[in-house]
Amino acid sequence: MGVVKHRLFWPIAALLTLVVVNTLSRPQFIKVTVRDGQLYGALIDILRNSAPLMLVALGMTIVIATRGIDLSVGAVMAVSGAVALTIIHDSGNPDNLGTVVSAVVVALLVALVLGSWNGMLIAVLGIQPIIATLVLMLAGRGVALLITEGFITTVNSGPFEYIATGYLLILPFAFLISLTAILLIGAFERRTALGMLTEAVGINPEASRLAGVRSRGIIFSVYVVSGLMAGIAGIIYSSNIRAADANAAGLFIELYAILAVVLGGTSLQGGKFSIAGTVIGVLIIQTLNSTILFLGVPSAQSPVFFALVVVLVVIVQSPRVRQLGRRPRGATGSDGTADKPAKAEVGA
Amino acid sequence: MTTTETTETTRSSPKQADDRFINRHASLMPTFAALGVLVVLLVAAQLYFGDFVSPGNMSALLLDNAYLMVIAVGMTFVILTAGIDLSVGSVMAFTGILLASLLGRGMPAAVAVPVILLAGAVIGLLIGILVQYFDVQPFIASLAGLFLARGLAFVVSLKSIRVDDPSVLWLQSTRFQVGDWYITPTGIIALLAVGIGAFVLQYTRFGRTVYAIGGNEQSARLMGLKVARTKVFVYLVSGSLAGLAGLILTAYSGAGYPRNGIGTELDAIAAVVIGGTLLSGGRGYVLGSMIGVLVYGTIKTVISFLGAEQAWMQIIVGGLLLLFILIQRFIVSRSERRE
Repeated sequence: MGVVKHRLFWPIAALLTLVVVNTLSRPQFIKVTVRDGQLYGALIDILRNSAPLMLVALGMTIVIATRGIDLSVGAVMAVSGAVALTIIHDSGNPDNLGTVVSAVVVALLVALVLGSWNGMLIAVLGIQPIIATLVLMLAGRGVALLITEGFITTVNSGPFEYIATGYLLILPFAFLISLTAILLIGAFERRTALGMLTEAVGINPEASRLAGVRSRGIIFSVYVVSGLMAGIAGIIYSSNIRAADANAAGLFIELYAILAVVLGGTSLQGGKFSIAGTVIGVLIIQTLNSTILFLGVPSAQSPVFFALVVVLVVIVQSPRVRQLGRRPRGATGSDGTADKPAKAEVGA
Repeated sequence: MTTTETTETTRSSPKQADDRFINRHASLMPTFAALGVLVVLLVAAQLYFGDFVSPGNMSALLLDNAYLMVIAVGMTFVILTAGIDLSVGSVMAFTGILLASLLGRGMPAAVAVPVILLAGAVIGLLIGILVQYFDVQPFIASLAGLFLARGLAFVVSLKSIRVDDPSVLWLQSTRFQVGDWYITPTGIIALLAVGIGAFVLQYTRFGRTVYAIGGNEQSARLMGLKVARTKVFVYLVSGSLAGLAGLILTAYSGAGYPRNGIGTELDAIAAVVIGGTLLSGGRGYVLGSMIGVLVYGTIKTVISFLGAEQAWMQIIVGGLLLLFILIQRFIVSRSERRE
């Protein structure tokens, strides 16, 4: 009973169901082979391909925890990819490691600036997050198009391609980047008081300010982090396709990221959030995507499945359905047990 | 009491009178600002190009943006209730390609058009039910609508489908001319949508309830207004109008294309906000949204006249959006301080 009530029970159950269904329909799905000391297989591909969405969704989680939203992540991805590729392309020496490193650093600095811009509009000027980030969502792609001069810049750069396709030790480098991000954000938000303060800001900004929480600084910094995450995601994305496509890079990723956060059980109303939930949410989306592709459905039609998933999840989570589920069980102290998972959550 | 007030009014300087006018009509100010921007844009373009404000250009402005105007009307209803509808661009693509496909299979337009309008309405209704009865945030509910409609558009067809049906093409090709001015049936539909939308919001019980919900949903409910029904209905209106926009766009381009309207929801939201409607709900006008769409369309025309990169379009619209948000923020905080 206690297990079923845990907040991550349903997301994990959904993920396991997907894995089981996939394995039953194609046994090679679960197989992980070792070649030249590196891991290969469908599961590894899912981990590798999920890196951009994972990074963006992690940033989105803490933004949503402050009762905000960041619609600009896709545009920031496009800009950071465009900046990095243009620098590498114009350098004339694309295989030089130094060139690639400096290009990545500059791109990430630009992403930081864009994140600070969002943070300033929201934390300093007090504009609604959805509309403040809409500005950059609209303008950002235009900026990316100007940087690439309307073309799709392509490069052949060994060090740059390594970011998305290379292996470090036995695991894909891209997955290691997202793993590092998960651990870092998890450590900062869950091993320090920062997570609690973030939740406090999301639950009641005014009350937390009066209680001495620097809500303005926290709100500002979550958008900076979200911008940085989107910047890294943009680099991985453009490294994967070896091109900066200002129109297609990160298209709809803000929607998938929000979906991942919601799937992971974090409410858009702000407050309580779960990093572990978001990670599972991202893996659900990526696995579902690979399942849909395996079924032979054209990828353009896959949004229908995601729509059904969204509808199913929000209906299951809605107060109306929850009440229906609670009533038959009667008055067996459901209030007492409801508190437990919330406490256990802090350690997650 | 009355005497003191009148003496104060007579004594007040013109500046104070201005202030009072601004405060009394605070919710109209952003719309006036949008009108001002439109006039400045048109005058500047006229001075720069010499023949910008010509009957042909102005008629084309309405023709090119008819679909966006129709969508913006529906979006205004939704935003006035403090909601949002992200699905409109996808719904437009879905109904457009559905229309092209149905006509291609020999269905008469008199049947196909009501079918696609109904399809748009059903998606809107689903979003409304999720929002009202399952307490789903409008953002997420309409996000599901966006995914659903976009996917369905590709289910109907992965490629574009040409439309040969004369009655659909008639909507676009017919030009009622007065001198050099002309208007197409699609333009008339757009203006009718604006007119009816403005009338419904201003003078009907439904319209006033929309404003009441945006002002304060709790109060509206306690007043005994039909909050639930109205909230579902605004999404139905928005979905139906997005379906209508699908018809207009298909007539305009002579084909249905499943990739149409990516990002149109953002253009519509931008136009509505530029037109003076507050995203927090309760304040705004359909006529303002029409002005917002015209500002959007004028910028687009100016950019193509200049031969500049279309990338500037996105940057300028983003910048304008920011400007108008700041104006609104200033006006709202000012009127709140006075109260």
